[in-house]
Amino acid sequence: MLKVNNINVYYGSIHAIKDVSFEVHPGEIVTLIGANGAGKSTILQTVSGLLRSKGGSIEFLDSDLSSVPAHKIVAEGLAHVPEGRRIFLQMTVEDNLIMGAYTRPNSEINESIANVYKHFPRLKERRKQIAGTLSGGEQQMLAMGRAMMSKPKLLMLDEPSMGLSPILVQEIFDIIKELHESGTTILLVEQNAQMALSVADRAYVLESGKIVLTGTGAELIESDEIKKAYLGG
Amino acid sequence: MLTFLNHFINGISLGSIYAIIALGYTMVYGIAKMLNFAHGDVIMVGAYVCFFAVSTYNLPPIVGVLLAIVICTLLGVIIEGLAYKPLRQATSLAVLITAIGVSYFLQNAAQLLWTSNPKIFPNMFGGASIKLFGGELIIPVGTLVTIAACIVIMIGLTLFTNMTKMGKAMRACSEDKGAAQLMGINVNRTISVTFAIGAALAAIAGVLLCSAYPSLVPTTGSMPGIKAFTAAVFGGIGSIPGALLGGILLGIIEIFAGAYISTQLSNAIVFLVLILVLLIKPTGLLGKQIREKV
Repeated sequence: MLKVNNINVYYGSIHAIKDVSFEVHPGEIVTLIGANGAGKSTILQTVSGLLRSKGGSIEFLDSDLSSVPAHKIVAEGLAHVPEGRRIFLQMTVEDNLIMGAYTRPNSEINESIANVYKHFPRLKERRKQIAGTLSGGEQQMLAMGRAMMSKPKLLMLDEPSMGLSPILVQEIFDIIKELHESGTTILLVEQNAQMALSVADRAYVLESGKIVLTGTGAELIESDEIKKAYLGG
Repeated sequence: MLTFLNHFINGISLGSIYAIIALGYTMVYGIAKMLNFAHGDVIMVGAYVCFFAVSTYNLPPIVGVLLAIVICTLLGVIIEGLAYKPLRQATSLAVLITAIGVSYFLQNAAQLLWTSNPKIFPNMFGGASIKLFGGELIIPVGTLVTIAACIVIMIGLTLFTNMTKMGKAMRACSEDKGAAQLMGINVNRTISVTFAIGAALAAIAGVLLCSAYPSLVPTTGSMPGIKAFTAAVFGGIGSIPGALLGGILLGIIEIFAGAYISTQLSNAIVFLVLILVLLIKPTGLLGKQIREKV
């Protein structure tokens, strides 16, 4: 479904992503894990066109995304919940959702909003509220709901657990599983390796811009290397 | 008392013009995070277009206004595309200097094309006026039209930014361009549309301004442009209601200062008030200070 081949991303003279390749197959949950600064978010931003790779290719459903402008990528069926949520803080919850459906016909928006509210009843209660007044967990839900509004085939989530309490993290991951069961393929970037590996079909471990290890979620959660480096054991 | 009322109405009218110009500044600032110092000179171009249409080609005033709007809108989009778009990734200082350059370019081009001899702007409203209190208070129709235009524009823009998809996309871009792109919003196009709206408003402001102060020269737009910029900062730059409030207050202060204190000092007093407001409230009267929750 998504095939990333040998991408290289630079910030000025810093070589942030080095020859990274990975794949996501339809119906999977794939996770990229790694420490802070390993390049996880950079990879997602490159896939969604906000950053560009020097060389390599990004194939999504048989079309090459590497030169498609960022604002055209969501219409291809690829939605990205960015790091730090980046919801529109001064707009209402509902307007944020409407922005998520920017590329879709107006006639389908209400149905999609209803669908988002089904997954996130809390957003419905707050739909007229200014998004900046939501709690961190609610903002994360809004960011995810907003991405769902584009009816993505592949949903990329960047650190959905960041800054949330363990109960909320559990809640967010339950929703991720729910979305997955309803047919959305998921690419998950996490620092919370334990959580990410427990839901993922496959995982890639990233270190200083390189993929150093790959395997199924279950394999990696048992691997000694991973336990030592990321799981505190 | 009637004199006071008269000054008050004139103040609101002048303030309405400042508010319409300030809207252009504030919308462009909100979305492109740049101060478009050429905005004042677009006003001047709009006034010249209307002048030639009405005085030279004897077209009806409404056609003159529409022509001014069309040409200024195009001019706004062209300026943005040629001068500012290539600098999207540049430092804000480079963009600012470019804007000043565009401003001088427009002024000098106007001087070359139309000379610096003042043109007497035609009276767009046929000199009609309304007499109140048995003829003691005379309000020119132009004054009323100016205030009405400002109200209509404010309502229209508020509806546009809050109710339409394009308007919401503009607000989204002004908050976070990266996230807006992830939604599928074409940021470059949205910025062009904002410049187009700002320039169209400048054309209207130019016609209203020159109807009230009929001497038209290539630098006609620069002082009102600076004052409207002041009004935008005064009200809180980036805020549409702020532009209205700042513009109206500035107009009233200017007229009253000129009437009751000193005509020579009226501009100085206007800027003094601005400095005081910014000392007390650096974000302007209605400026947004967003608290982010993490």
